[in-house]
Amino acid sequence: MHFKTLTVVATAGAFIVASAAFAGGHLTEDQQRAVDARQSHMGLYGFNLGPLGAMAQDKIPYDAEVAAAAAANLAALANMSHDAYWVEGTDGSGDGIRAKTEIWTDMDGFKAEDMKLAAATTALAAVAGDGLDAMRAAFGPVWQSCGSCHEAYRAPRS
Amino acid sequence: MGAFRSFSLLAIAGLAVGWFATRPQPLPDDALIGLTGDPANGALVFAAAGCASCHVATDGPANLLSGGKRFVSDFGSFIAPNISSDAEHGIGSWTDLELASAIKAGVGRDGRHLYPAFPYTAYSKASTQDIVDLIAYLRTLPASDRPDVPHALDFPFNQRITLGPWKALFLRSDWILADVPTPQLERGRYLVESLGHCTECHTPRNALGGLQTARWMAGAPNPSGEGRIPNITPAVLKWSEGEIAEYLKSGFTPDFDSAGGTMAAVVRNTAKLSDADRAAIAAYLKAIPAVANEEP
Repeated sequence: MHFKTLTVVATAGAFIVASAAFAGGHLTEDQQRAVDARQSHMGLYGFNLGPLGAMAQDKIPYDAEVAAAAAANLAALANMSHDAYWVEGTDGSGDGIRAKTEIWTDMDGFKAEDMKLAAATTALAAVAGDGLDAMRAAFGPVWQSCGSCHEAYRAPRS
Repeated sequence: MGAFRSFSLLAIAGLAVGWFATRPQPLPDDALIGLTGDPANGALVFAAAGCASCHVATDGPANLLSGGKRFVSDFGSFIAPNISSDAEHGIGSWTDLELASAIKAGVGRDGRHLYPAFPYTAYSKASTQDIVDLIAYLRTLPASDRPDVPHALDFPFNQRITLGPWKALFLRSDWILADVPTPQLERGRYLVESLGHCTECHTPRNALGGLQTARWMAGAPNPSGEGRIPNITPAVLKWSEGEIAEYLKSGFTPDFDSAGGTMAAVVRNTAKLSDADRAAIAAYLKAIPAVANEEP
């Protein structure tokens, strides 16, 4: 009897410790929602960069209508407010998160990158339908902006 | 003579032989005779070898090799030295032979071993002509008077004498990809295994910091802590050679994600290489053995 009680208590104790450790590595619902939203936002950038990048690299023929639509989407996405995405405690490389701590410790620098992308995509949207050369010239600053932000604020996959 | 005393003498003699056998050995005096540096090719070697990625200050201009960047590791922090052309604080007053010894043999101007955070383990395989060209190019770059800061390493790694045996174990002169049937593969091997020192990050290390060559390019923990440096053997990297070459040129993945983290700096360097060199790197990456990811 005594032994059985002890076993039950020990097992329950182990469960509590284990679930606390488990919860420690996971996000609250609100945090997860913010992470899902910003990662979806990134996915939309990638989807709309696709045709523009392929045209810039001569992989598909230039199409003014497609280019203009994709560039307008990019500009709309980049000009949205992203402030609510960066909830405290959603940095690090666990749970599929690649957002570096620097986003929070250097929010001004991070926002400057955001502004750079907004300006570059707005400029791209203005000329994307005006021919391949015009689109390609305006595309450069957009991908440079992708790269410089990912260099400073995104960690490799875990 | 007591047993303990003979043992002590033997131990001391053993240490002395060990020290002598693993003492710093710079390049021979005649190593550079007959070679003239070409700074134009040196600029390409500089890009291929990624010198700026470590030696330019985080907020400095792209060609000012003032050093100062910190590299955190399991052994402590390494701080990149000033290798600008400044005579006092940089390498301006070093001779070509002293510089070549540092780059190819890991021996400093003071005759001491250098830490392999400086990838001379890879540069040792570089052609002496390329290194002479690189040195000629370094001398054309601007001077910085930023004084060097000593590394902040834990004991026993702060004892440079330990680097002698380390080099004896891990400084290898043979190539990992032994079989290179085409000139393109040979060039790719040279760029990846020597100048590009890609394996310094992409191959995991053992407890002593030596590369686990059986898991060549199979990915490793990120030394700065977040995430993992990816496996780029054919087991995981499925991009075509053209896609790999494009990534090394523009930083774009086939699905239009962009290179990030420390790879962004690498792409700034590989963007300066020729299309043929980027294609050679891609061919090499397709030729190395496929190594699956380790089960977590």
